[in-house]
Amino acid sequence: MENDDIVWSIINKSFCSFKVNTKTQRFCRNEYNLTGLCNRSSCPLANSQYATVREEDGNCFLYMKTVERSGFPRNMWEKVKLSKSLEKALRQINEYLVYWPGFLKQKCKQRLLKISQYLIRMRKLRLRRQKKLVPIQRKQDRRERRREEKALVAARLDSAIEKELLERLKRGTYGDIYNFPQVAFNKALEEEEEEEVEPEEYGEDDENEEEEVELDEELEKELEEESENEEIEYVEADSDLEAELEGESDVEDIQVYKAQSTDSIKENIRRKPRLEIEYETETSKSLKHKV
Amino acid sequence: MENAEENEAGEVLVKPKILTASERLAAKKRFRTQRRLSTMKNKVLRNAQWATLKKEKRKIKKEGQKQRKKEAEALGDKAPPKQVPRTIENTREADVTTVDQEDEEVTFDITHDEYEAYFSKTYEPKILITSSDNPHSKTIHFIRELTKIFPKSECQWRKRSSVKKMIESAKEKDYTDVVVINEDRRVPNGMLVSHLPDGPTAYFKISNVKLTKDMKYKNIIKEFTTHRPEVILNNFQTRLGQAVSRMLASLFHYDPQFKGRRAVTFHNQRDYIFFRHHRYEFKSQKRAALRELGPRFTLRLKWLQKGTFDTIEGDYEWIIAGKRHEMETSRRRFFL
Repeated sequence: MENDDIVWSIINKSFCSFKVNTKTQRFCRNEYNLTGLCNRSSCPLANSQYATVREEDGNCFLYMKTVERSGFPRNMWEKVKLSKSLEKALRQINEYLVYWPGFLKQKCKQRLLKISQYLIRMRKLRLRRQKKLVPIQRKQDRRERRREEKALVAARLDSAIEKELLERLKRGTYGDIYNFPQVAFNKALEEEEEEEVEPEEYGEDDENEEEEVELDEELEKELEEESENEEIEYVEADSDLEAELEGESDVEDIQVYKAQSTDSIKENIRRKPRLEIEYETETSKSLKHKV
Repeated sequence: MENAEENEAGEVLVKPKILTASERLAAKKRFRTQRRLSTMKNKVLRNAQWATLKKEKRKIKKEGQKQRKKEAEALGDKAPPKQVPRTIENTREADVTTVDQEDEEVTFDITHDEYEAYFSKTYEPKILITSSDNPHSKTIHFIRELTKIFPKSECQWRKRSSVKKMIESAKEKDYTDVVVINEDRRVPNGMLVSHLPDGPTAYFKISNVKLTKDMKYKNIIKEFTTHRPEVILNNFQTRLGQAVSRMLASLFHYDPQFKGRRAVTFHNQRDYIFFRHHRYEFKSQKRAALRELGPRFTLRLKWLQKGTFDTIEGDYEWIIAGKRHEMETSRRRFFL
C-alpha cells in the first residue's frame, strides 16, 4: 500500500509508458485499466488492489489483483469467467468484489454492461447482409473510363438516333400520325404502280372476258357480221378492206378501251364509287361508234 | 490498289503509303522539326514553326487526295473502291456468336427465350425500383427519375432486406421486374435487373450519370409527359447482346404511344451501353430534331445469370470478373 503512493508520484510527475497525453485528457493504454483514463484511482500500477472486466472471444472475464500477490507478477491477476447472461454476471461481480471499494465495483459493472452491449451489436450485424467491399483496380478503372469516352465519341449518338427514327418513319411504324405529303404521295404512287402491274397482267384476261361478255351480250349481231365479213374476206376484196378497217377499228377501239379502263382503274384507286358509271358510259359510247 | 487491304466486310481499309526516297527524306525532315519544336522555349517562335509545319502537312494531304480523286475519275467504273479509314468497329474481331438476321434457327432461339411472353404482348411490365440501404441524395434523385422513365414502375426504399427475400415478396405482389440501384461513395454505381418469374438477372455498372436537373435546358421536367416512350436498341450484335437488349426492352411497355414523341435509346458501342432519353420531332422527311430530356447514363454489363439473383449457386451465362486476362487479350474484341 505504501508502494502505491510512491509509484503514483513517480508515474504521475515524470514518465509512464502507458500514458497518452492529449489536449484535454490523459489516457492510459494499459490493458488492465478499468476506465481508460490516467487517474490516481484507475491506474493499475498505482493500485495494489484492483479489478477489471475484459472480453475475449465473446466471453467476459473478471480480473482481480490483490496486495498479497503483488510480489508474484506471474500470478498477480486472478481471472474469473463471468456468465453470459448479464444478470448473473452482475451478481457474480457483486459476489467476488463484496468488500472492495465502491469505485471499483461500480466501474466494473459499468464496463461489463458496455461490453455486453457491444457484443450484442456485433452479433446482430453479423446476421445482417454485409456490404462486400470490392477493391477497385486502378488501372482497370482508368482504362474503362478512357474507353468509355472514346466509345461515346465513336457512337455519335444523336445522328444514330435520328437515323433510326427516320428509318422507322419510312417503314411506316408511325402510321398516319405524320402527314408528310411527300411520303404519302410517293407511297401512293408506288402502290399504284404495283397494283397497275398486277391488274394489267390479270386484268387483261378479265378485260378480255368482260369485253367478250359484253360484246356477246350486246354485239352478237356485229360479231356475226364480222364473222360473215371474215368469211367474205376470203372471197371478195372490197369486203376485205372493210373487214380490215373494221377489224382495225375494232382493235383500236379495244386498245382505247383498255387504256381507258386502266385509267378507270387508276381512278378506281382514288375514288371508287365513280368507276362504274364511267365504265358503262364509255363502253356504250364505243359501242355506238362501232355501230 | 497496293496501299489498301480489305477486311471481311469488303471495305477497303487504309494502309500506310509506301514512300519514295525523296518523300522519305521530306518526312524525316518534318519529323525532326516536330521533335525540335518540343525543345523550343520561345512560345512565339514555336507556334510559328508549328503553323508552318501544319501547313506543309495539310498541303501534302490535299495533294494526295486530289491525286487519288483524279485516278478514280480516270478509271471510271474500274476505279478501286473508296478507301475507308480503319476504326475499331470495322477491325473488330469476328465473334462466333454474332447474330445473323437471316439465320432462322438463331432468330428462333432468340425469340423463344424468357422474354417471349413480353414480346407476344401478353403482359405489361410492372417494375419495382429500389436502392441499397441508406441511399444518398444523388441516388434518390436518380431513382425518382427512373420511375418517371419506366412506365408502371414503383419505387420503394430498401429497409434492410436481402435481395432474395425482396424478389420473393415482389413475385407475390405481381411485379415482373426488379431493379436495384447500388450506391458507392454517394453516387449510383451499379444496377441489378432481375426479371421475375425465374428470369435472367444482369448486373450493370453505371457511370457518368447526369440527372435531368443538370441538363442544359431549363425546366425540362415540365416536358416529361406520361406517354409511353418508344425504345430504340442500337448495335447489339451477338447473342449475348441480343439477350441484354431484350432484357432492357422488356422493362418498357410493348405498346408505345407515338403521339408522345418520346424515345428512349440504348445504344451499344464497344460494350458500353449508352442510355439517352429524347423528345423528337420530324422537321421533314430527312431531318428529325431531338431534344434531350431525362437522365443519361452509361451501362456496362458485368455479369448475366440464368435464374433470379443467386450469386452463390446461380448459373452464370456470362461474367467478366475473374477471367480478366482471358477476356481482355484483345483491344478489338467485344462481347455485346
